[in-house]
Formats: sequence, C-alpha cells, structure tokens
Amino acid sequence: MTSTLFLQYLFAGITYGFIYAIVAIGFNIIYNTTGIINFAQGEFVMLGGMISITLLQVVPLPVAIALAVLITMLLGALIEIVFIRWLDSPSVLRMIIITIGLSILIREVARHIWGESIRSLPYFVGNEITTITIGSVRISPQVFWVIGVCGVMVLGLSLFFKITPIGREMRACSSNRTAAILCGINTRNMVTLSFMLSAGIGALAGCVMSPITYTQYDSGTSLAVKGFTVAILGGLGNSMGAVAAGLLLGILEAYSVAVVPLAFQDAISITILLIILFVRPHGIFGSSAAARLKEF
Amino acid sequence: MNMKIKESKLLKIGLLVILVICTQLLTKITDTQFYLTQLTMSAYYALLVIGLTVVMGYAGQISLGHAGFFAIGGYLSAALTTHNLIALQAHPLVKGLGSVGMLVSGQDLYGEQLLVFAPWAACILAVLTAAGIAFVLGIPVLKLKGHYLAMATLGFGIIIFRIGLASEYFGEADGISEVPGLTLLPALGPLGSLSVSGDFGLRVENYYVAWGLLCVGLWLLLNLIDSRVGRALRAIHGSEEAAEAIGVDTARFKLNVFVLSAVYAAIAGVFLTHYNGGIGPSEASVMKSVRYVALVAVGGMANIWGTLIMGVGLTFLSLRGVFGSYDDAVFGSILILVMLFAPDGILSLNVKALFISKRTTDGH
Repeated sequence: MTSTLFLQYLFAGITYGFIYAIVAIGFNIIYNTTGIINFAQGEFVMLGGMISITLLQVVPLPVAIALAVLITMLLGALIEIVFIRWLDSPSVLRMIIITIGLSILIREVARHIWGESIRSLPYFVGNEITTITIGSVRISPQVFWVIGVCGVMVLGLSLFFKITPIGREMRACSSNRTAAILCGINTRNMVTLSFMLSAGIGALAGCVMSPITYTQYDSGTSLAVKGFTVAILGGLGNSMGAVAAGLLLGILEAYSVAVVPLAFQDAISITILLIILFVRPHGIFGSSAAARLKEF
Repeated sequence: MNMKIKESKLLKIGLLVILVICTQLLTKITDTQFYLTQLTMSAYYALLVIGLTVVMGYAGQISLGHAGFFAIGGYLSAALTTHNLIALQAHPLVKGLGSVGMLVSGQDLYGEQLLVFAPWAACILAVLTAAGIAFVLGIPVLKLKGHYLAMATLGFGIIIFRIGLASEYFGEADGISEVPGLTLLPALGPLGSLSVSGDFGLRVENYYVAWGLLCVGLWLLLNLIDSRVGRALRAIHGSEEAAEAIGVDTARFKLNVFVLSAVYAAIAGVFLTHYNGGIGPSEASVMKSVRYVALVAVGGMANIWGTLIMGVGLTFLSLRGVFGSYDDAVFGSILILVMLFAPDGILSLNVKALFISKRTTDGH
C-alpha cells in the first residue's frame, strides 16, 4: 500500500468514524437518562437526511437542514411521549422489543413516503468531483464538513452537559434517578429531552453525511449496529470514549477493504462487536467494576 | 395430577390433529386447495417459532438471530443438493461420501453428469451444522444479558445474511433454486414415494408432512416444559441468581435450549427450502428474525399454544398477501402494541381486567 493510498483510506476511515461516533453518542444520551438502548437510533439519521432532501425542493439548503433537524427532534419527542413516557418501570426485554418495533415502523413509513430509491443532498460546496489536495491526497470538501460538524457537535454536547443547568440536570438523572427526583428535577421531562437531543444530533449527522453516503429508507439499520458497536467499544455512556472508538472502527473498516471484499465490510464491524461483547463488555476505556453496577 | 396434565396435553394435541384433518377436508369440499400451500409453509414457520418460544418465553433469553439458523439449515441443504461435485470426483473425501451412499449421481437437463449430496444426507448435515454453530455461539453469547444479548444475536443474524448475500457458493442475491425434493419414504408397491417438494400432485401429502412434523415438535416441547428442565428454565427466567443458588446449572440449561431451538429452526429451514424448491437471502434477513420475535410476543411469550395459534394465523395471512406492502409495518405495529398493552400476549388480554386495573392505578 502506497503512502498516498494509506492516507486516502485514513481520511475515509475518519469520516465514517465520526458518523459512527455521533450515532453512538445518540445511544449514550438516551441510555444515560433511561437505561435503555434505543434501537431506532439509526432511523433518526435516515429521517434527517430524507426530510432535508424533501425540504430542499422548497427552501435553501441551510434552512432545509435546520428544519429537518427540528422536525426530527419533534418526532423524537413525540415517540418518547407516545410510546415510552407512560410505561411504569418496564423490563429491559420489553423496551428492546418496543424500540425495535419503532425502528421497523419508522422505516416502513419512510418507505411508503419516499420509496425505495436512493437519494442524497447535493454537496455543500462544489460537487462530486471537487477536491482539496493536501500533499498527495485528494479529499472532497464534504469530508471536512462531516468531520467539522461532528466535531463541533461532540464539543457542544460536552459543554452542554458540563455547563448548562439542563445538561447538569440530565447528568443528575443518569447518575441517580431517585436522588434527581428528590432534588426536584422532572426526570420524565429529562427523558423526553434526551430523545429530542439524540434525534437532533442523529438528524444533523444524517444531513451532512448524505452527499457522501447517500440516504435510503433502510440505511438506519446498519448504522445502528455500528453505532452500537462503537458505543460498547468506548464504554456505554462514555461520549469521549465513543469518539475514540468510532474513529478506531471507521479506520479499521476503511483498511479492511484492502484485505476482504466490500460485501463483507459489515461482517467485520459485527465480528468486532461480538468479540468486544465476549471479551470486554465494559469497553476498552471503561472499568469492569463500574460496568457491574449498571443495568443492561 | 401428572396424569391429568398428560391427558389434557394429549387431548389438546388430539384436537389439533382433528382440526388439521378437518381443514384439509374443508379445502377439498370447497375446492380451495390452493390454501394448502400457505398452510404448509405456515406450519414450518410455526415450528421455528414454537422452538423460539422456549428460549424467549421460558428461559427469558431474547434471540434476534433465529432467521440465521433457519437460513443455515435451508442454505446448506440447498447448496449441498445442487452443487455438482463431479469435478472433485477423485477426491478421497468425495469418494468416501459416495461409498457410504451420501451422494447421488444423475444427469441434468443437458445430459451433463451430476454428482450431488443425497437430500437426506444434506438435511442431516445442515441440521447438525446449525446445532454446532448454535452450540459454539451460545457458549459466549448466552453469558450476555439484555441489550447485549439482543445485539449479539442480531449481529450473528446479520453476519449469516451477509455471507448468504456475498458468497458465490450460496448464490449471492439470487439465492439457490431448483433444489430437489427431500424423499422421506421410498416408493412402496402401489403407494408412491413420499417426498417434501413443491410438486403439485403432492400438495395434500406435503400438508400432512408439515403438520405432522409440527405436531411431533409441539409434543416434544410440551413435554420438555412440563419436565424438570422446564421448571429450571422458568426459574432462570424469574431470577438467574436465585436459580443458580438453588443449584440449577443455568449456563448449561440456557445453552441446551438455545441449541434445541436452533435445531427446530434449521429443520424448518431445510423442509421449507425443499418444499419451495429454493431459498433466497431474504430468509436470513433481520426482519425475519424480528418477525419471529413478534410472533412469540403476540402469542404470549411463555405460551406455546398461543404462539402456535398466532404464528400459524399471522404467517398464513402474511403469506396470502393480506397485508400487501404493509407486511413489515403490520409486524412492527404488532410488536409495539403487544409490548405496550399486553406484554403477556393477546390471548391473555382480559379486557375487563384491563379497565379495572386502569381505574385502580388512576385512583392512586
């Protein structure tokens, strides 16, 4: 492998890595406040892409993206209010099945609205063949959009959770729900908010990645599996870990193309997932003692 | 007490057999024998689903990968009975297989020499492979709980789907077609041979083969859950730690049931593939696995009869195309609705009780 090719793959890996990290952070936000894994997380990404593509026919690109994120956030809130909010301490098995059902339902609704065709947003800057040359490597400007937007989102979220009162209340919810209730925090609202937040970041990621990866009604499933892999790899609930793990998986996947056929690419990340689950279920950065206290 | 349980079980199975026969006679009288095709297929899917019930409902372990075991059975059986081994004729392994009668030779449409696995041998190999994979996979996977278990089994299902879709041996996106029939009984005198195939003239026979198999499978499972094993499984579902504390070897019981359900799935896969004469990658898709979980859930989780009724009923409607392009949406909605309003299954739903309990909780 030449050094040019090496770098080229590296950038592809980083791009996908950030996308996986955003999906993983979406998992983490909901997991932290509710203790459940939202299997419909990948569908938020798909919805963001699809809605912005549709809106683009009437409004300019930035407005379309902003509206798409907003609509997906509202959908996230709606889903939480209709399907999850009123359940009284449901079992994990029940929540898994409900969120899986939701993911199917969202996918099917999307299929009936947008059909099975593959769509995409236009490139934000230039077009398919516009490239920026760094040294000997040629990179599409959209790659920088993905990396930039996702990076800003990660930073913004960590600031949000550290500084703002609402962010702190959400963190209080995740560390001890009962104590949070006793402090006067409305934990139910926090759960709704966490669904909105993870729907929002998923949708935004779905918009910026759409020109590169395209959007189809069923593109959410494999993203969800990979996002989950990354979330576990980085330690469930740990956002910075998710970024590191996302980059790791993205780069591994990018280089795996050189060794195994593209058709097996999904199998690679799933094999990694299985190995991690068997060997280090608390992730590479997590501690096993802390993991034992959590509920899966 | 024991005798009573046994009697009521026999009575129920007897009623099922009578129902099966009556249905066939009814289709004959009303000249609607075309229904038998979907009823046969529903029976095979139901076989998988009742096996999954024991894992999910009784042992409390979710599996989102059972379409994978179905596909392993179906795909292997199909591949072994259609891939020509004539080029490997001289290979000692192929010779050895031939000498124990596991291969059959013949000619294809163009007069080319064919040497393929005999369907019965392929069937046994396929089921054994599925059991082996379930065993090897089950050891680490069943240590996981909740979300992790769900994702791990889902991941397994996706890997099988990908392998089917991406490897030339399994026909890639086209799947495998022209799978020969599976002969169960050779021709005896005036009676023709009995084989599992899509042959139009064998429709009634195949209907009885499928439902016979389902009844036998049902009988075995019902006995299993009323036995020591069944009680151990229910203990595991209630609390794994408590079960462990009273001396239940939880890991072994979970693994055994998992392998058993994989065998059920593989047998269903083998028979359905020979019946349909082919298999495609959609049989291994995640949606299929989710659908099986939906059927177990709607039947009432730990309720084999409920799952059987719902499994046959809904699969039949789905195969008849009643849901049209909303097929997956229907199963998704069923999953959500059942889990929201009736986590113990639709059949357990007591409408009156639902309202009363609502009122008391409102009063709090």
